[in-house]
Amino acid sequence: MSVVEPLLRVRGLTKHFPVRTGFRSAGLVRAVDGLDFEVRPGETLGLVGESGCGKTTTGRMLVRLLEPTAGTIEFAGRDITHARRRALRPLRQDLQIIFQDPYASLNPRHTVGRIVAMPLQVNGIDPPGGVKQRVRELLELVGLNPEHYNRYPHEFSGGQRQRIGIARALALRPKLIVADEPVSALDVSIQAQVVNLLRDLQRDLGLAFVFIAHDLAVVRHFCQRVAVMYLGRIVEIGDRDDIYRSPRHPYTRALLSAIPDVGTLGPAGRIRLTGEVPTPLDPPSGCRFRTRCPKAREVCAREEPALVVHDGGRQATACHFPETGPLTLSRADAVGPGGAAVVGVADAAPPGDGADRVDGNAGEVAR
Amino acid sequence: MSVSPVDPATLAEAEAEAETRTGGDRPGTAGRFVGRSPGQLARARLRRDRTGLVSGGMLVFFVLVALAVPLIEWAYGIGPREQFQSRLDGFGMPLGYAGGVTGEHWFGLEPGLGRDIFIRLVHGLRTSLFIAVAAAVITAAIGVVLGTVAGYLGGWLDAVVNWVTDLTLAMPFLIIALALIPTLALRFYGQRDEVPAGFQIGVLIAIFALFGWTSTARLVRGQVIALREREFVDAARASGAGLGHMLFRQLLPNLWAPILVSFSLAVPAYITSEAALSFIGVGLTDATPSFGRMIYRSLDYLQTDPAYVFFPGITIFALVFAFNLFGDALRDALDPKSSR
Amino acid sequence: MDSPQAAPSGPPAVGPAVPGQRVDDEPYLRVDDLRVRFATADGVVRAVDGVSFTVRRGRTLGIVGESGSGKSVTSLAVLGLHDPRRSTVSGTITLGGRQLVGLPEKQVRRLRGRDVAMIFQDPLSALHPYYTVGRQIAEAYRVHHPRVGRRAARARAVELLDRVGIPQPARRHDQYPHEFSGGMRQRAMIAMALVNDPALVIADEPTTALDVTVQAQILDLLADLQAEFRTAIVLITHDLGVVAQVADDVLVMYAGRVVERGSVAQVLRRPQHPYTWGLLSSVPSLHGDADADLVPIPGNPPSLIHLPSGCAFHPRCRYADRTGDRARTQVPQLGPAGADGHLVACHLPPDARTRLAAGSPSERRMP
Repeated sequence: MSVVEPLLRVRGLTKHFPVRTGFRSAGLVRAVDGLDFEVRPGETLGLVGESGCGKTTTGRMLVRLLEPTAGTIEFAGRDITHARRRALRPLRQDLQIIFQDPYASLNPRHTVGRIVAMPLQVNGIDPPGGVKQRVRELLELVGLNPEHYNRYPHEFSGGQRQRIGIARALALRPKLIVADEPVSALDVSIQAQVVNLLRDLQRDLGLAFVFIAHDLAVVRHFCQRVAVMYLGRIVEIGDRDDIYRSPRHPYTRALLSAIPDVGTLGPAGRIRLTGEVPTPLDPPSGCRFRTRCPKAREVCAREEPALVVHDGGRQATACHFPETGPLTLSRADAVGPGGAAVVGVADAAPPGDGADRVDGNAGEVAR
Repeated sequence: MSVSPVDPATLAEAEAEAETRTGGDRPGTAGRFVGRSPGQLARARLRRDRTGLVSGGMLVFFVLVALAVPLIEWAYGIGPREQFQSRLDGFGMPLGYAGGVTGEHWFGLEPGLGRDIFIRLVHGLRTSLFIAVAAAVITAAIGVVLGTVAGYLGGWLDAVVNWVTDLTLAMPFLIIALALIPTLALRFYGQRDEVPAGFQIGVLIAIFALFGWTSTARLVRGQVIALREREFVDAARASGAGLGHMLFRQLLPNLWAPILVSFSLAVPAYITSEAALSFIGVGLTDATPSFGRMIYRSLDYLQTDPAYVFFPGITIFALVFAFNLFGDALRDALDPKSSR
Repeated sequence: MDSPQAAPSGPPAVGPAVPGQRVDDEPYLRVDDLRVRFATADGVVRAVDGVSFTVRRGRTLGIVGESGSGKSVTSLAVLGLHDPRRSTVSGTITLGGRQLVGLPEKQVRRLRGRDVAMIFQDPLSALHPYYTVGRQIAEAYRVHHPRVGRRAARARAVELLDRVGIPQPARRHDQYPHEFSGGMRQRAMIAMALVNDPALVIADEPTTALDVTVQAQILDLLADLQAEFRTAIVLITHDLGVVAQVADDVLVMYAGRVVERGSVAQVLRRPQHPYTWGLLSSVPSLHGDADADLVPIPGNPPSLIHLPSGCAFHPRCRYADRTGDRARTQVPQLGPAGADGHLVACHLPPDARTRLAAGSPSERRMP
């Protein structure tokens, strides 16, 4: 794909959780079932899907909070799939995680300074200028008052707590951060603050991200590449623009068209999926999406489609009958996130990109 | 890392918030940016709780008295074994009103032996508090260690700890205490020898420790299992923290509240248990002053000298009551969501 | 102040758009100057402060706001669910001509579930785990129809389960809540809410806990049922996309007060309040330039105990200084904002607001 050596290379990553009823094994939850993907240095990969698709399990395996059942994780050229804690230690510094819940992810009995300094302390690192100085720098970096060093988490709002979690993840100067739904627990206005902060950090520090989210709109604003997951598998992976403009997997299309958009008033002509995600305890044979797929045929139940680049597309899609052409979301009257930006001409706005551009100097606000 | 994407508005807001918080809660105290820890907040809540304050004050008083026993004995000028037969009448009953209460003998004298009740009560308080606190410390230590390890590591270790807990709970405390204490005394000192007070106290503490750790262990285990699922534990693991850091730095600070509460409720339970065991004759003997023995002896004189049962009775009641009230107040202060 | 006759000029909306259906002119729910206060150890929380709105049958009112804006407290007040020992509710709530505030608990209880029903965010905690789903629905029916027998109530429950799209309703009737998937549980909750043909349904974040594809199904279902039963719906949500899709009218709340109110087209297309502008510009969209930064609202929502003086939004407002001292000293009242029935509570002079609203987002951003 590229001459740049990937920072993270995942091959056939699998996690099965045994289910026990009493003493007998009642089967396996196939949470993640054979993932292949790569992340290059400084790249942001979005891992999207609905609940139960295995995206969180994947993230936890990447930072080795969960032991993979099969497959390999290679980080910076080294196989870390089953590395022990001590062997992992030098790599820990390059690989960090940000959590979803800003309340559960900070130890309520520790001061902010102690929380942010924890990775340094655990790894026995004494940065030049001292731990305290480093923590102050980090707090400032994420937009918090460095004087809040001695305060406790309960004195901060959700957005500020999430910034503390980000500062902690940055303490060891990582190369890759796994962000597990980092903004989904926050209010809309705060969500935008944190997304902008992560974007700035990613740009300024050259960080690579695996960004796990269920919100495709947020992922679109943050990620360069996107992988769509369904029932423990990647169904489509590719560059952001390809995935959002001309998704080829029927699931990606349905997912995109199901998102209610502020720009579209009233019920839109959507692709409606029937039913819900089947249980990963007993996934459907062949293509896992076939039970909800409007295009499913007999072959779909028999053969599992491979994740390959099909004719006329650039992204890899796991489907026997990939869709072609751009996805047209009903948006005759769409307005951009500027909201009032196109007052008066809204209905005349062409469905192209121009009508709803957000002004480029938006970054000012965050600086 | 020189570039700092700081949002000035956020900073300003955080500062404004800091001002309203410190300004709103307690103006002028503590520097502008000194936060209040959960512990400080709990202390502040405890200070607002009148029951907690009064019961806490009573406990401090009792503990001070117990600690100052030699000093009190010196100032009072009477020992716990001194007999004042001259102040008893022909039937062995103390002369004067209310069991012989005088300026010299504040709580009067024992019928029969004529020992001073006040000084024996003070000594008994010290014995009881020592046994109860020592037993509570030991049980808390055992319970915390077993509960944390079982809860955090899980697996077969958890199964073993659970099994031992269930086994311990299934053993009848009273029957084993009744059987074990005299047997031990017989084994080490024989029929004739005087069993020293230190041995009796040690056996009592050991018996309490043997049976008492289960509730703390269960409580702590449950807490640890709940904490283990919290993401801050994962954050420490993802940074490469070892077992020691996990247990002592991450988990233990979050366990102080339940440990303190269970400790403050265990102490009064041990005080009453010790009194009960001494009462039925397997705890301390008459040589060591204790609440249980005093109440046991006083029952013979319930009709003739009610003052004798009154003083030890009211003291043990006040002590246990104060401990229980304080334990409740402590729980409310440490975990304000649990009540109300 | 209020003009219920003002028909919104937006595109055909869900409910009344059904041809040949009559729309009552008289609003079914009328809330006037509602105030809800809670006394806490730290001070008095003014959770709702002078909120007024109306909803007609067959129409949907979307109440939008972030956490702590008072949107859920408002809905609980309409249901009379506040504990009078801990809160004070004042103002008038008229439900189909009956004044609700101050009514004895017994009579409020008779209205609850029959004339007005509630759909909660988390169906698992709203359904009792020890009774079958069908039994709970039948029970809800018999409470208000005491003369109906067990068999008839069961038939009614099965009918409703069928109506909300639960397959095999007769079998599902006898299952327990934990045997239902998330989306099915929410459908069962809707069935329970509709069993007595309520005239008003209050849905508090009904789809927040659901995946997008399931959310789309549930929103469609609500729209269908509304068209069929001419129910008035109050939909409480933080998701502007959901509001755009299903609401006819919108109420934007901030710190317990209404800051803007109007038809969905007015509020989302020609927003007049700086807070609404901020909300719209901070929502990531599926359209427009994905690389542009989002424009968040700076700062954090205020504490309801120590509300900022004057306009509660002024510390976060970019234009507060354009009003002189008024933003800091006077509480802005809800007043007409140009179009018919569009109300806004802002000190900015109307012409300045129109200019800002019409200008590009970048111009609005730089005072």
